[in-house]
Formats: sequence, C-alpha cells, structure tokens
Amino acid sequence: MAQPANRPVFAPWTDPNEKPLIQFKNVTKKFGEFTAIDDMTLNIYRKEFFALLGPSGCGKTTLMRMLAGFETPTKGTILLDGVDLAPIPPNKRATNMMFQSYALFPHLSVWDNIAFGLKRSDMPKEKIPARVEEMLRLVRLEKFAKRKPHQISGGQRQRVALARSLAKAPKLLLLDEPLGALDKKLRQDTQFELMDIQEKTGTTFVIVTHDQEEAMTVASRVAVMDHGKMIQVDTPDRIYETPNSVYVADFIGDVNIIEGTASAKGDGKVSIAWAEGQPEISATLANGVALGTKVHFAIRPEKVAISSDRPEGKANVIEGTVHDIAYLGNISTYKVEVAGGRMIKAQVANDRRIARRDISWDDKVWLSFTDTAGVVLLN
Amino acid sequence: MNRKFTWFNATSLTLGFVFLYLPMIILVIFSFNSSKLVTVWAGFSTKWYGELLQNDAFLNAAWVTLKVAVLSSTLATILGTLAAYVMVRAGRFRGRTLFSGMIYAPLVMPEVITGLAMLLLFIAIGLDRGVTTIVLAHTTFTMCYVSVVVSSRLVTFDQSLEEAALDLGCTPFDAFKSVTLPIIAPAVISGWLLAFTLSLDDLVIASFAAGPSSTTLPMKIFSSVRLGVSPEINALSTLMISIVTVGVITASLISKRSIAKQRADEQAAVRT
Repeated sequence: MAQPANRPVFAPWTDPNEKPLIQFKNVTKKFGEFTAIDDMTLNIYRKEFFALLGPSGCGKTTLMRMLAGFETPTKGTILLDGVDLAPIPPNKRATNMMFQSYALFPHLSVWDNIAFGLKRSDMPKEKIPARVEEMLRLVRLEKFAKRKPHQISGGQRQRVALARSLAKAPKLLLLDEPLGALDKKLRQDTQFELMDIQEKTGTTFVIVTHDQEEAMTVASRVAVMDHGKMIQVDTPDRIYETPNSVYVADFIGDVNIIEGTASAKGDGKVSIAWAEGQPEISATLANGVALGTKVHFAIRPEKVAISSDRPEGKANVIEGTVHDIAYLGNISTYKVEVAGGRMIKAQVANDRRIARRDISWDDKVWLSFTDTAGVVLLN
Repeated sequence: MNRKFTWFNATSLTLGFVFLYLPMIILVIFSFNSSKLVTVWAGFSTKWYGELLQNDAFLNAAWVTLKVAVLSSTLATILGTLAAYVMVRAGRFRGRTLFSGMIYAPLVMPEVITGLAMLLLFIAIGLDRGVTTIVLAHTTFTMCYVSVVVSSRLVTFDQSLEEAALDLGCTPFDAFKSVTLPIIAPAVISGWLLAFTLSLDDLVIASFAAGPSSTTLPMKIFSSVRLGVSPEINALSTLMISIVTVGVITASLISKRSIAKQRADEQAAVRT
C-alpha cells in the first residue's frame, strides 16, 4: 500500500544526511571475564522511541547504564550529539533515566521529587515551581503534589518517576523496564500514555524491555539483542514480518520453524524439501540460494489457514491431523501434526461462536499458505 | 500460638525478671532511704539526692562523663557511618575482607586489651592523659558498633536511589547528603545512642585512658564503693538508670512510631 506523498514518514535512519543523536562505535563492555556488550555499533536518531529488547542478561541494561554514565565502556566510544561521553560524569550528562524501581526519594514529597533535578540545574529559582506544575499536569498528578511516594499507588509512582526524569528536559530519556511493576491492563494504558508524552515533548526515548509486545507497541525501532550483540535493528513491522534470523523470528511472537533443504526455482522463488513424500514448500527469497543449502522456513501461525476441505489455488497445501486446540477467546490456535510428527500451529480469529466450530480434535485438516507468507532464513 | 496461662510459664517469667531486676530495684529503693546505713530501712527521704547535688566531685565526674560521651559518640558516628558506607558501597577491592574484619574486631576484643593498647599509644606519642584521650579511646571502641548498625541498614538500601540522585545532577557528596543520609538517619541516630550509652558506662577503657584530672562517673563510683557504699551512690545510680531507661525507651518509640506511620501511610495509599 502506497503512502500518500504529502504524509511525512518518520524514518531518519533511512536518510544518509541525518546526524544520529547517539553513536555507539565498536563498544565493548566486560565485567571481569564476562562480555556484556560485544563490539557494538549502533546509531539512534533524534526523536526516536528506541526499544532494546532481549532476554535477561543480554546486555540491554548495561547498554543503558553506559548511556547514563553508571558504567564505562571497556573499549570503543559513545557519542551524544557528536561529543564523546566517556569523560562526562552522570551528573553532568544531558540524559535522564527512569529507573525500574522508580527510585523515588521516600523522604521527599511528589513535588520535591520532581523539583529535585531542577534545583540542581542552572534554572533560575523562580522558574522552578512553574516547571514542576507543568510536569504534574503532564502526568495528571496535580492533586498528589504534597503526598509522599509511599502514599500513592504504583501507577502514580510510575508517573512521578517519569515526570521527574523529564523535568530537566533531557536530550535523551532512558527508561529501564518502566512498566515492569504494573499489571497488564494498566501497562497497556501507560504504553499509549508514554507514546503520547514522547510525541508531546519531542524527547528521544530509549527503552529497555523484555516484553516484546511492549517494544512493538511503543517503539519506532526495535533492537533485538542476544549475548551482547545486536541481532537485528529495525522497525517493529519489519522485525515481525522479515526477521533476519531464527533467533529473532522465535523471540518475537509465535512462529513455526520448518527445517529443510532449498533449491532455487528462479524468479526469486525457492523450493524447500522438508519431509519425504510431501510436496516441497514454495517460498520467496530475493537473492536466491545454492542448491542443497540447509534453510529454516519461518511462518507465523496467523498466516497459516486451516480448513476441512482441500483448498484450491494456494501455493502450499499440507495435510495433517488436529492434535490440540488452544482457545484464547478472540483467537484459537490449532496445533496440527503433519508428516514426520512435526507440529505446525495455525491461528484463526474466532469470528463465529465456538459452538459452530467445525474443526475438532483428531480431525483431518488442510493447512495452506501463499508463497510470500513465510520467510526463508539461512542462519 | 498457645497463649494459655500455666503456672510453669508464670513462674519462669517471674524468676527471670526477679533475677534481672531485683538488684536494681533494691538499689533504687535504698536510694530513698533516710538512714545512712545502706541496708537498714528507716523511712522515705530524698535527702541523698540533695546531698548529691552538693558533692562537687560527683558533679565534676558527671560533667566529664557527659562531655566524653557526647564527643566520642559523635566522632564514632561520623567515622563508623563512613566506614559502613565504604564497606557496603565500594564493592570488591583488594583487602576488603581484611578491612571489614578489622572494623569489627574491636567488638570481640577484650576491653582490657583495647585499654592497655590505647594507654601504650598515648604514652608513646606523648599525649597527656585527660578528657581528650578518653574521647579518643571511646571513639575507637564504639565506632565498630555504629558501623555494624549503619551497615545493616545500608545493605537493604536501594542503590538506585543514589544513582537517581547522580542522574538528576547531584555530585556524589550532594547525593549522600540529600538522599542517602536522610533515609538512613534512623540507623545513624540509633548508632549514636548506642555509642553514647556504651561510652557513658564504660569503666575499663576509661581507667586506662584517664588522667588524674579527668575522672569519669563510673570510675568515681567504682573507687568510692571500695571505701564503702554510701546512699549517695545509690541515688546517683538511680539517676543513671533512669537516664538510660528514658533514652532506650525514647529510641525504641521513635523507631516504632516511624514504622507505624509508614504502615498507615501505605494503607492510605492503597485506599486511594
């Protein structure tokens, strides 16, 4: 679908003339023998909402703490607006951080918590109250200014922490698992609130999270990390639709991975032999591939259709038996056993009442998908 | 929980308390005795308290003790808090175990040895013995107690609070002063009170470190008892017991009330 020409798309990373706000240049961080960050090069642009995503211990928090100044790189340089950050202590950096535990000062009121950073900046004293009021309005906590942190709820604390870190109008705001302590419903509301505030203030946000849904929701770009390396840095839709590796495909969302041997069919198409006696899977791969290469074919469950009759006109049709059905209310996931005992998941939106469901356990079914629905991964 | 009253429980409780407090109760009662004979009751009187106030030697000793206690506990609190802060915050460095062991060693060191070591040091450096030397000696031996109290609080202190302060523009010292110190203040105050009481009733170390003109109250009491127990001493001891009791009760009330207040506040927060 083409975008209308007059609608600007926010994608500074595609513009070679755009100067990045943050540059990581071959940054390595070691803790003794353990390598937390391994030779990382990365650009983050102004006004981006950049998400660092990965399992615990992948180095995402270390990366953020290096930006805040609590850790120094073992090797390499980090530039903020073209200036090397290494010699600048945390209290002199134009970055602010929102901590996972919020780290609100328990002995100070909400008002004083927000004013804390301002009192230590070069802002004239008489301007501080106005700025604090502005922040309180932004996070809708005007009524709670006099309370102490332990006198407000978890969601309110989270907003105080956000207001406090935004008060000094930093060039860069770091958010360390900001929504980890909130329950699911509140978390979803707060995600939209965060995006709203990010847009209003125009601040560059870097968020650390292990929740892929959160990263997908809020971020302009997502960096998937593993063992101190960037595996893929891309927009949420591209991370989801065209993962560059089995790791990313598997980490983000639900996926079926089918191993097989590829042979090129020309015209950007490949054919993957995955089980004996079964028709080969037809898929798309721009660069082609050498005959006999081992590949992984990744396809999302929602892109696999399931039917009781053999469908016509689909590029790929696989026969199987329903092994399990997971009913999630809005959708159902069918686990279908195909040749060689392999399981393939198919996801169907429940647009009809469950009583009318015509596929049941142990039914013979047909799975089908187009030749552009999946991704062929070489590694 | 079994809360049933049994004769066995009642008896053991009574025996325990009698064992702990009978000597002190007798002392308090006889401080109000009008007779000069310590063990013969001759009627209620507060005259020994009056005479105590006329006794310059005792008043002098009390003044020295108070000065020493305030000075040494303040010094010990500063040094002990700093030591605890370094131990908890500095992470791993060469000789950390040795250093922490050395901070806590005076806890188990016999006082006689600490006192003797102090005495030898003062003689070696030619420091005249007096109030200064007692203050120094008491600072040395109470510091580790302060350090233990404060470091147990610092261990549970969320370090991200300090990082947040740095992040918001504090220098490390400013972060300590405006965030860490106010939060650990109750532990620091407890440490000070502990050091104060330890210094107040120390006899052994003070005897080594004191000079001829600087007798502390415990030393004065100890030396006068050797010439026979006078009712004045009973009165003095009763006063000391009440001061210490009031101090301990106040300290525990302060900490109890701050906990209760925090609980109430948290419940108030849940309701909103």
